[in-house]
Amino acid sequence: MNNEPSTISYTMNRLNQLFASKKDNLLSIYYTAGYPALNTTVDIAEALEKAGADFLEVGFPYSDPVADGPTIQHSSEQALINGMTLDHLFEELTELRKRVTIPILLMGYFNPIAQYGIERFCKKAAELGVDGVIVPDLPMYEYEALYSTHFINNNLSNIFLVTPQTSSDRIRKIDELSNSFIYLLSSSSITGGSLQLTNSIEDYYKRIKAMELKNPTIIGFGISDNATFTKACEYANGAIVGSKFVKLLAEDGYMEKIPAFIQSMR
Amino acid sequence: MKYGVNEHGYYGDFGGAYIPEMLYPNVEELRQQYLNIINDPDFKAEFDDLLKNYVGRPSPLYHAKRYSEKYGANIFFKREDLNHTGSHKINNAIGQILLAKRLGKKRIIAETGAGQHGVATATVCALMGIECVVYMGEIDMARQAPNVSRMKMLGATVRPASSGSKTLKDATNEALRDWIANPVDTHYIIGSVVGPYPYPDMVARFQSIISEETKKQLVEHTGKELPEYVLACVGGGSNAMGMFYHFLDNEQVKLVAVEAAGKGVDSGHSAATTFLGHEGVLHGSRTILMQTPDGQVVEPYSISAGLDYPGIGPQHAYLYKINRAQYVSVTDDEAMKAGLLCSQMEGIIPAIESSHALAQLEKMKFNLTDNVVICLSGRGDKDLDTFIKYFNY
Repeated sequence: MNNEPSTISYTMNRLNQLFASKKDNLLSIYYTAGYPALNTTVDIAEALEKAGADFLEVGFPYSDPVADGPTIQHSSEQALINGMTLDHLFEELTELRKRVTIPILLMGYFNPIAQYGIERFCKKAAELGVDGVIVPDLPMYEYEALYSTHFINNNLSNIFLVTPQTSSDRIRKIDELSNSFIYLLSSSSITGGSLQLTNSIEDYYKRIKAMELKNPTIIGFGISDNATFTKACEYANGAIVGSKFVKLLAEDGYMEKIPAFIQSMR
Repeated sequence: MKYGVNEHGYYGDFGGAYIPEMLYPNVEELRQQYLNIINDPDFKAEFDDLLKNYVGRPSPLYHAKRYSEKYGANIFFKREDLNHTGSHKINNAIGQILLAKRLGKKRIIAETGAGQHGVATATVCALMGIECVVYMGEIDMARQAPNVSRMKMLGATVRPASSGSKTLKDATNEALRDWIANPVDTHYIIGSVVGPYPYPDMVARFQSIISEETKKQLVEHTGKELPEYVLACVGGGSNAMGMFYHFLDNEQVKLVAVEAAGKGVDSGHSAATTFLGHEGVLHGSRTILMQTPDGQVVEPYSISAGLDYPGIGPQHAYLYKINRAQYVSVTDDEAMKAGLLCSQMEGIIPAIESSHALAQLEKMKFNLTDNVVICLSGRGDKDLDTFIKYFNY
């Protein structure tokens, strides 16, 4: 009832509630929907919640994922071969909010969303209980000028990325447009690298911390074990594990291995 | 310019810069600087000097007499095939290497399909003494092996793109990934009028020398600077954009862009983007691309590696949508026949890409007084194997 499009005031979604109640050591997991098989998206989400993950990023596959390294490229390719589409993913997600309570983001490239229809995509995602979206190749100008109302009307958070090369002015602008968290890349790289903690990277984290942004920050790219997770949490509110978890999904009996995987990160 | 780009990088609904944040600083640096650099008199002088003394410009505008007789019009070939390295690609490579130097870049990356842009880039890097890495699809490396050797001989590193369909679009993905990982010291020389803004505009400007010269040369040949028709082949569309550029505002000049139909537009093996594509985003710009209803990029097919690309540049998408240029398609068979005909009637072995533009002549009706310019974008040396196999020579 308070979702009338005319009231653009933003109500708290699950992401905002999470960040309001927990400030440190937040652990998020990324995985590609449709990998290793169709109809596993909600099963994996449920297992991750039980194992103690704080929130999740569910990737929808794209044929040309330029920001991704070999692991996520491979999972995307396999998911497409398996028949994953946005239509199919939304069908799987009808179960989501019956079984999973933690915040869920969808992550993927812009073209599949554009074909689905941006407004229709936002509506459908929100209807199924999705809390936010990460679209690496949707730039700030296009988001703000053309699409932000669809996100806001549907109470979906759009997550922006920041790299060590992003200027302070631009980070301020990103902070203004964000309403849940900001995704800090550990370095300018594609996914699946390893976190190299050089002096300049530490300076970058310190620079961001000193900016006292209104949004929490989460570090991603190159987080693959307890050491990198712990280090990331010194500078941000939490961290995201992606490629390392996608590799686990390639193993036999991966469902049983999820609790130990999450434990090993903390 | 009526058909030029606006301040946000758009041509109508097409263009923009749909790139991940990791690429933003690089692309933004280019956006802020490219016009200042290109318009700087020192840059212009160096660019013009290299085009003249290194590339061999102006390229001739050749009045093809036997073709003119056959097709019943005055047919002119704009001889980009006579450029150093054998195609129009060198014009853009020279422009971008000079720009990269002024931006202080120490390393160059490029993607290539047929290998022509890779060779052009390797060439200008050798000329300037700058490190060069060229990404090329594994499948293209096999079918354009001589160009792989040429790039290596010129000192470039050729890295196979083994992801996805292992052709031009995947080489482009790999080059973009390299650029993400090397955001400070590297410049990416994109070879066509594709990619995020400002690339489509920048590459079009560097290629616009083709139509600039053509106008002057037409006056010498015909006493008029405007022809009735201008034809060029389109993969991403850089030779076509260079050939159209200075005629865009002359609305009476009919512009014809020839796409590769492969084995036929409806055969499932085609690269005829405007016939088979829909609006979407590819390699950083909003354009027309071949894709599934779910937005996955479809692998195109053409016998010509240089036209084997699932999209077209955003300015082409715009010219198509507003009907400023006509987009047509030519099959493998039609193009191969046209390549052979040109060899035997004019003594010029054209690239298979350019043969597509030549093949379109068969489908057009001219008045005897019409002046028709065709961009002969490249020479056929690199395609000899394909020609030989096709005709059993």
